[in-house]
Amino acid sequence: MADEKPEKKKLDLSRRAMPKQNPWERIKNFDEVALGYLTRTAVEEASRCLQCKKPLCNQGCPVGIDIGGFIKCIVDGDYASAIRKIKETNALPAICGRVCPQEEQCEKTCVLAKKEAPIAIGRLERFLADWEAAEGKIEVPPMAPKTGKKVAIVGAGPAGVTVANDLIILGHDVTIFEALHECGGVLIYGIPEFRLPKAIVNREVEYVKSLGVKIYTDFVVGKTKTVDRLLEEFDAIFVGSGAGLPWFMEIPGENLNGVYSANEYLTRVNLMKGFRFPEFKTPVKRPCRVAVVGGGNVAMDSARTAVRLGADEVHLVYRRSKAELPARAEEVENAEEEGVILDILTLPVRLIGDENRWVREIECLKMELGEPDASGRRKPIPIEGSNFRVAFDAVVMAIGNSPNPLIPMTTPGLEISKKGGIVTNPETARSSRPNIWAGGDIVRGAATVISAMGDGKIAAASMHKYLMNQE
Amino acid sequence: MYKVIERRMIVPNLHEFTVQAPAVAESIKPGNFIIVRPDQYGERIPLSVADWDRDAGTVTTIFMQVGGSTAMLARLKPGDAIPTFVGPLGKETAIDTFGTVLCVGGCYGIGSIYPIARALKQAGNKVYTLLEARSSFLLYWEDKLAKVSDQVLVITRDGTKGRKGHIDKIPEIMQRAGITPDLVIVNGCTFQMMRVSMVTKPLAWKTIVNMNPIMIDGTGMCGVCRLSVGGKTKFACVDGPDFDGHEIDWEEFLSRRKSYNPEEVDPLRRSSCRSHF
Ligand SMILES: Cc1cc2nc3c(=O)[nH]c(=O)nc-3n(C[C@H](O)[C@H](O)[C@H](O)COP(=O)(O)OP(=O)(O)OC[C@H]3O[C@@H](n4cnc5c(N)ncnc54)[C@H](O)[C@@H]3O)c2cc1C
Ligand SMILES: Cc1cc2nc3c(=O)[nH]c(=O)nc-3n(C[C@H](O)[C@H](O)[C@H](O)COP(=O)(O)OP(=O)(O)OC[C@H]3O[C@@H](n4cnc5c(N)ncnc54)[C@H](O)[C@@H]3O)c2cc1C
Ligand code: SF4
Ligand code: FES
Repeated sequence: MADEKPEKKKLDLSRRAMPKQNPWERIKNFDEVALGYLTRTAVEEASRCLQCKKPLCNQGCPVGIDIGGFIKCIVDGDYASAIRKIKETNALPAICGRVCPQEEQCEKTCVLAKKEAPIAIGRLERFLADWEAAEGKIEVPPMAPKTGKKVAIVGAGPAGVTVANDLIILGHDVTIFEALHECGGVLIYGIPEFRLPKAIVNREVEYVKSLGVKIYTDFVVGKTKTVDRLLEEFDAIFVGSGAGLPWFMEIPGENLNGVYSANEYLTRVNLMKGFRFPEFKTPVKRPCRVAVVGGGNVAMDSARTAVRLGADEVHLVYRRSKAELPARAEEVENAEEEGVILDILTLPVRLIGDENRWVREIECLKMELGEPDASGRRKPIPIEGSNFRVAFDAVVMAIGNSPNPLIPMTTPGLEISKKGGIVTNPETARSSRPNIWAGGDIVRGAATVISAMGDGKIAAASMHKYLMNQE
Repeated sequence: MYKVIERRMIVPNLHEFTVQAPAVAESIKPGNFIIVRPDQYGERIPLSVADWDRDAGTVTTIFMQVGGSTAMLARLKPGDAIPTFVGPLGKETAIDTFGTVLCVGGCYGIGSIYPIARALKQAGNKVYTLLEARSSFLLYWEDKLAKVSDQVLVITRDGTKGRKGHIDKIPEIMQRAGITPDLVIVNGCTFQMMRVSMVTKPLAWKTIVNMNPIMIDGTGMCGVCRLSVGGKTKFACVDGPDFDGHEIDWEEFLSRRKSYNPEEVDPLRRSSCRSHF
């Protein structure tokens, strides 16, 4: 058949689904919902990639992973090279593959996004990271000779861990100080087990430890020792202390019993393992009707946690419309599958308690959408006189966090923004003080894991230059 | 891990607890607290600092055995190790030369008022220390407190030592002694801090209380420790724990503090563990 023109293989453009636990099963456990691609599905999905000459996906990734490159390796069956390619720029692929808002980043710019559906880049990234862990052959990168320079890192969240990883490889002596008793930041205390298993976060922390990074938990910089006190021992400091200050709405009744910040609610369950009370000693309430106020990832995580704690009805109270929900699309879908009810265009104005000061009802206003506001989204406007009351026995406030004020408060000479964040030069992540760098949510306010890591990369590069007297 | 140096019951149900924690000891100030976790399944519970030794790197607290976590602490022996002992947390008590200061301590607050009285004395104040207990056998550290106070006054409810009566007697006792304090500082159980604030308010004696709401992280991250002070919401772990007792919404505070009793306290009552109460 040599004379016959080989038939061009027709591309199957349908995006491969990832298996998930059934909704009716998963609402009864805290195990991971998404189960990950099988090898066959991963290769099929990777084969959809057009291997563009001038790929756009990399530009959508805040750390610029060579996406086409690693996908090509998957098609060739060379998973070891694929994961190595990712790890050149991203030290935490098992985490990013699970929690990055891909539809806003790499998958948004993928050319197939306009045709069929974008390549499931996050799922492939996750597949490779899980493959590497299952093989048990985590590769250790070549380590530069010791420089004798000492670096301190405040906070073991994704920003801090990224800096630690990069600087230890470059030969510096790195110590992380973490306020809580476990490392991982929001990945440990905020994002629930069913979305990001804690074993994965612990694995990544153990990995940087294995490279020689020293970690002190239960150490609150600014309290146990100040930044300036640490600078007597260390040559440079990176602050990655996150956005730990929860907002409330400042409406009447917010201090009633049964009203929680999402941070409290999620910390009780994730960090303190309250869902296993009394084996673990921190209690968590198991109310029947739960309202979660907000529409981001934090709100989705709180609502889905409430479902798993056995609530009969969980409502998500959000003031804009469904199209504006800032949470990852996949998580909104998961939440709805699990029975979370979306009360959109609804604004709480008052919480009403009983004689024992426990919350019993929320009074809300109906909203309508007006002109686009500063964020480009249509501004919600209250409809006058549309007040109504709904019964709830718990309310979780998930309306945002500001930068943790502890380091700004205890470190003189640091330039602080109006919103309370540390001001840095975006090109170097350096603060107004020459030997202090900062990145992640302490600079940006509540943002994303990958942007925190991106900041960490920039900071590490700039710190390295400084430490080697190359500037 | 942090090594337990000493843990002994000094009076019924109150334990003196000393832990090796050099970095914490180095930075402690009066009015700070620490957070301790008795084991890897344990709750994070806050305890006020009562004394420290920077050279030896040790920190001492006094705790009352009330529920599960403090019961676990009460079983610790010297040489045992605990996973978390973090601090110092919270703002320190403001120390200045105020003139005449009345330091009030009850329950664990007899311990935590000690470093405050000591610092006030060093700052040149006239320091009166008033201790309250149900009975004389529940008093401790009187000798330590005597060394840093101009005078130690005692109220016991059964009259076995000092004045017989309740903490409400403070104005009467002070007026009879001819003392008008420029500042009152109270450490101890919530009820006592509230009662003192109530009786000093009509006299316009400025009263600082060291608040003890439920806490988790102690770094301003979770908001469970919030309370209303002068109509504004504050986080006790970072904005306090010291606040003006006359400004606090006590009713709200007491109800928030009891909010986990159905989970934590009631089961103990139903179990055979009568010894907890
Ligand atoms: C519930 C929830 C769900 C989220 N879901 C997603 C998601 O799906 N995708 C996504 O991309 N992003 C998500 N985010 C946001 C993302 O987690 C954060 O943007 C990211 O973790 C920020 O990283 P960071 O390193 O700057 O800070 P953090 O992760 O906040 O870590 C800061 C660390 O510093 C410690 N620390 C603070 N102060 C001190 C101090 N003084 N001394 C010592 N240590 C200190 C803290 O204890 C903490 O461990 C979510 C956030 C939350 C709360
Ligand atoms: C700043 C501060 C300083 C304190 N100092 C001392 C001290 O020096 N000595 C001392 O004996 N006690 C102190 N307390 C109170 C102490 O933390 C509680 O008694 C302890 O947490 C009870 O734990 P438990 O498991 O034994 O009791 P539980 O059975 O858990 O609860 C008994 C009662 O203790 C309170 N409580 C429960 N959990 C917490 C928590 N995580 N944080 C605060 N209160 C809680 C509640 O009112 C509850 O009703 C302080 C509290 C604060 C906030
Ligand atoms: S790190 Fe995030 S943005 Fe970058 S390729 Fe992976 S999933 Fe996409
Ligand atoms: S204890 Fe969590 S904010 Fe105060």
